[in-house]
Amino acid sequence: MQLSRDALLQAYRQMRTIRAFEERLHDEIMKGEIAGFTHLYCGQEAVAVGVCEHLDHEDMIVSTHRGHGHCIAKGCDVVGMMKEIWGSTEGLCNGKGGSMHIADKDVGMLGANGIVGAGAPIAVGAAMSAKLDGKGKVSIAFSGDGACNQGTTFEAMNMAVVTNAPAIFVFENNKYSEHTGFEYAVGTNNDIVSRAEAFGMKVWRADGCDFFEVYETMRDVLEHVRGGNGPAAVEFDTERFYGHFEGDPQRYRGEGELDRLWAERDCIKIFRQRATEASLLKSDELDGVDEEVLALIDKAVDDSRAAPRPTPEDVQRDVYIDYF
Amino acid sequence: MATMLYRDAVLQTLHAEMERDESVVVLGEDLVGGMGTAGGPEAIGGIWGTSVGLFDKFGKDRVIDTPISECAIVGAAGGLALAGKRPVAELMFADFIGVSLDQIWNQIGKFRYMFGGKSKCPAVIRMAYGAGFNAAAQHSQSVHQMLSGMPGLKVVMPSTPADVKGLFTQAIRDDDPVIFLEHKALYGVEGEVPDGEHLVPFGHARLSRAGEDVTIVATGMMVGMAEAAADSLAEEGIGCDVLDLRTTSPMDEEAILDSVEVTGRLVVVDEAPARCGLARDVSALVSELAFASLKAPPQAVTPPHTPIPFARELESAYLPSPDKIVAAVQKTLNWR
Ligand SMILES: Cc1ncc(C[n+]2csc(CCOP(=O)(O)OP(=O)(O)O)c2C)c(N)n1
Ligand SMILES: [Mg+2]
Repeated sequence: MQLSRDALLQAYRQMRTIRAFEERLHDEIMKGEIAGFTHLYCGQEAVAVGVCEHLDHEDMIVSTHRGHGHCIAKGCDVVGMMKEIWGSTEGLCNGKGGSMHIADKDVGMLGANGIVGAGAPIAVGAAMSAKLDGKGKVSIAFSGDGACNQGTTFEAMNMAVVTNAPAIFVFENNKYSEHTGFEYAVGTNNDIVSRAEAFGMKVWRADGCDFFEVYETMRDVLEHVRGGNGPAAVEFDTERFYGHFEGDPQRYRGEGELDRLWAERDCIKIFRQRATEASLLKSDELDGVDEEVLALIDKAVDDSRAAPRPTPEDVQRDVYIDYF
Repeated sequence: MATMLYRDAVLQTLHAEMERDESVVVLGEDLVGGMGTAGGPEAIGGIWGTSVGLFDKFGKDRVIDTPISECAIVGAAGGLALAGKRPVAELMFADFIGVSLDQIWNQIGKFRYMFGGKSKCPAVIRMAYGAGFNAAAQHSQSVHQMLSGMPGLKVVMPSTPADVKGLFTQAIRDDDPVIFLEHKALYGVEGEVPDGEHLVPFGHARLSRAGEDVTIVATGMMVGMAEAAADSLAEEGIGCDVLDLRTTSPMDEEAILDSVEVTGRLVVVDEAPARCGLARDVSALVSELAFASLKAPPQAVTPPHTPIPFARELESAYLPSPDKIVAAVQKTLNWR
């Protein structure tokens, strides 16, 4: 195991922050305080964190409608994100974007996206830019098992191969696109990443519920891509713990499915187990992180409630550059 | 007459037309809801509730649940139509036409003309449009502005459950490609719907309020706002014609001109921005063809030329409202 104690604690903190952020949103949405459509990332934390812990702010990621986890893992300010979801002018996008459109270019988070499949081509462009800059930086497109069926994703993969762009296609297979099972919608024998392979890039497959496996896999992937060997793709087997969107009745789930997932496939539980059993970290250290994280989320919500609201004049702001 | 929801008028029309004509086929994402899951087909039944029960009744070859592939959905609708079927494709949100635009614009909209009138494309592309849910810039748009500018497409925007039935039935039986726009905020609205066969021909506006002072032209969700404005103005003794266009392509120019000839004043309410859109189009039509009748410049009540913002305060500032319509009506009355 090559991760330092600090690095392990940091990874755990990030995963817990995502979990706490999302679970708090789940509660607040029930209370009706939050507007718009919100898609929670709970269950997939190990993927975002296991990928992004390898990156710095000059590496870029492009996210999806289920983007909060990617944002937090990439270093977006949690309070600024919460304020955005609350629609405040102090939100990361000044209240213009909301949950589905969080972006923070300063940390290399190029944007969440409301259009399924729109991200992969954007990530290829960012990878072309990274290649021009020649600093060994990469660009990562997160896509779901639904997004992998868009022509845009196919075009992006092929273009990345023919241009030898340092792009990484991370497919998070949480088995569902909205209410449809991936076994129905993905034609390549339940195998997403074989498509990437067919386009001519190197691919990996790993368990997305095990942070350690994600992290180790990404080490190899990044070594390959940063080494100028062209794009790569990874498929992570992962789980979505809540509905597609908040309010989804989830009648497509099997009996006891969610209970089983929480019991057997909770990446946070798995992390704690592995880290404590191997005596890498102690339970009370991890509990301490939990407390700090919950306090941060409380603060984010309190600050968001008190944050300034936009005024009608703000509607017209930022459509175009303001030269004056 | 039965009373039903706007959404149920969509659903019942689909059931009725699929029963009536075997060549009617539906396709779209999550249309069946639950394909490939433990819950099985129909576990959900479409995210808008507008396709419930179709799969069980008509089977998988006529009720086609598709992967997330809007370009192929619309393209396949075009192919089904060229080959003799009557496809009804659903794009969950109107905003997603972006992904399928070539198939809409360069393909289905042009087959008849390009092929010298020898091909037809009786495809319906349904989609939920409109703002009001703080769903932000990619899930709230009104797309009739762009689509009505594409010759060859018919564009339909029902505002009542009765018109859903009449216009949707017409759309399915129509031999041209029809964009059928369902407003998300209207799905839960109830209204009386005629029993039995009910068709509403395209290009015939509906007069939903009658008055002699000002003409208000509206579509979709804007019709209800225009009615609310007209009702409050009526209390002050101001009479408004409210014209629900029903279809923006073709558009009932005659009804607009006839009304303005009486009132001399025009307010166009639209959920899309005025620039290069319906509001300015109707104003220009009236300025060109009924100039002598005008007692005041036409007014447009529309969102500004911006993407749709997320925050509650911003979205409501962005959208038209009954108050904004009343103010525009008063402006035409107080002109000089
Ligand atoms: C172009 C487009 N089509 C459809 C949708 C509606 N939609 C939003 S998320 C989603 C499912 C996406 O599934 P997947 O890629 O597996 O991501 P997950 O939700 O599982 O994270 C769909 C169909 C959309 N937002 N954009
Ligand atoms: Mg998925």
